Amino acid sequence: MSDRNARSYWKANIRIVLILLCVWFFISFVCGILLADFLDNFRLGGFKLGFWMAQQGSIYGFVILIFVYIRLMDRLDHQYKLDQIETADKPHAAHSTIVDTEVKP
Amino acid sequence: MSVQIWTYLFIFLSFGLYILIALKSKAGSTHDFYVAGGGISPLTNGMATAADWMSAASFISMAGLISFLGRDGAYYLMGWTGGYVLLALLLAPYLRKFGKFTVPAFIGDRYYSQSARLTAVFCAIVISFVYVCGQMQGAGIVFSRFLEVDITTGVIIGMAIVFFYAVLGGMKGITYTQVAQYCVLIFAYMVPAIFLSLMMTGNPIPQLGFGSELEPEYGGGYLLDRLDGLSQELGFGTYTEGQKSTQDVFFITAALMFGTAGLPHVIIRFFTVPSVRDARQSAGYALLFIAILYTTAPALAAFSKTNLLDTVNNAEYSTMPSWFSTWERTGLITFNDKNADGRIQYVGNAEVNELTVNRDIMVLANPEIAQLPNWVAALVAAGALAAALSTASGLLLVISTSISHDLIKRCLRPDTTEKEELNYARIAIFVAVLIAGYFGINPPGFVAEVVAFAFGLAAASFFPAIVLGIFYSRMNKQGAVAGMVAGFTFTATYIIYFKFINPALSTAEHWWFGISPEGIGTLGTLLNLVVALAVCRFTAAPPIEVQEIVRHIRLPGEHH
Repeated sequence: MSDRNARSYWKANIRIVLILLCVWFFISFVCGILLADFLDNFRLGGFKLGFWMAQQGSIYGFVILIFVYIRLMDRLDHQYKLDQIETADKPHAAHSTIVDTEVKP
Repeated sequence: MSVQIWTYLFIFLSFGLYILIALKSKAGSTHDFYVAGGGISPLTNGMATAADWMSAASFISMAGLISFLGRDGAYYLMGWTGGYVLLALLLAPYLRKFGKFTVPAFIGDRYYSQSARLTAVFCAIVISFVYVCGQMQGAGIVFSRFLEVDITTGVIIGMAIVFFYAVLGGMKGITYTQVAQYCVLIFAYMVPAIFLSLMMTGNPIPQLGFGSELEPEYGGGYLLDRLDGLSQELGFGTYTEGQKSTQDVFFITAALMFGTAGLPHVIIRFFTVPSVRDARQSAGYALLFIAILYTTAPALAAFSKTNLLDTVNNAEYSTMPSWFSTWERTGLITFNDKNADGRIQYVGNAEVNELTVNRDIMVLANPEIAQLPNWVAALVAAGALAAALSTASGLLLVISTSISHDLIKRCLRPDTTEKEELNYARIAIFVAVLIAGYFGINPPGFVAEVVAFAFGLAAASFFPAIVLGIFYSRMNKQGAVAGMVAGFTFTATYIIYFKFINPALSTAEHWWFGISPEGIGTLGTLLNLVVALAVCRFTAAPPIEVQEIVRHIRLPGEHH
């Protein structure tokens, strides 16, 4: 893979990570801690919403976040043809599938 | 059949299973011993990671802790699960691509320095020892309470089992036993929870049950409303509202998350899968399997707290059910009839309160409190043992690899052959089991305190060093070592001061910014980052080969 490609892959990767970390921060620290008292004004069945976010919702959110990350990264790897190498068993076979074999400057 | 016979049966069966697995997965090379040959499927690894992670404390104590903390207990729940998001997004895929056996190996290679490697070896061993002593002690307690053997015998049986599969199979043996242990522990945790949920709310799913209405014989109305009412009435504070300061809860949660992501026994599990993609996936599966227990724990906490308050509040001491006297004998429940009226006053005011309840009761005594069949109580014992042993084995492996690989092979005697290294690894694990067993039998009084220590330490030392090593290719050895030393020293000093030197001063008004010793790891992490970045600016950039390593680990598929 060329340096330029590697750099833009990395940039896209950082973007995914940052966005997901914002969601991570929001569901746990913001909803579960900072705004919990405010959210308690709303109810979800027998739960106060702030309490539910702190003891249940945030955990479900974390699980979903990781699976979303897996999906997004799979798509990104595919876009940059990094998944073909990934699934190949032998490194030698893998090298032959690299499409972009531009030599580094 | 009595609880004891059931317990013997379950423990015999589960231990038999672990030994059988050990015999089937003998390690032939260091590659097998350290990373199970690197061919574990993501699903298997996810399950093994979940068992590795969920310790005796998660299984036995967490629900009880939450039932006494109310909403604030969420810092354990969010901290010990949210850390996996950091692990999946910031560490696991890159460390897998790096493709070595241990955390000190990454630190040592990335920071091209033997002193960084040795610092990491030291941290890894301290953190893991602290933990493993608690596990052995947990195993001993379960044996002594359920089988009425003494703690020493209990710990020795536990040691023998761990010894057998860890020494023989290394990571390979440990991985497959952990899968079995996960199944045992999750089944043992869920069965009583489902029973309780059905009994009290008619809903078979505990996660939904604790937000449902109570059955008429329990007084009707929403369970949490009733629990809030009971708690307020007795002066404990409202269950579903926070009691601690917001900033303290915030910092503790963050410290537990950073610590989780920096714990070496969890990180090394991701070296066992074949590819970067598998590392991401197995982080997802691991958290999914962990979340099953972690979302059930708060439900269990609410059920058992309601049950307890309903049973004991202002009741005649002489009418207490039989479980009450059973657990009174073990000292986990103590009743002191201060006003001599023959009734139990269980209230928030310490002057008037007559009952002290150990938090572990909430899980261990639950089957009896809810009058569940005998086999359920026995199942809980087998589950608690599975939780203790699975975590212990993962930790022992970290200690063993740190010594045989990082210390002996990479530092002291580089000419060690693979066969010798494998022998060193086995000897190291053997010695570690003995030491851990010794501390399990003679627990130092500070085991509970040092848990905060282990998390704070992992958060303030490993986590920033690894993250910077991956995401900032300019980070050099001077910066990383200075950051680790600063974060480590600061966190250790703060905890030692408030936990050991001057515990009397450990109250909110003396803490910095109102942050308790449990949460100080967060500040330690920030300090590590700031120092590392500052020192790095004024010192030379890392050599070109190291920047090449960083480039290499950022791309999933490319082979060298």
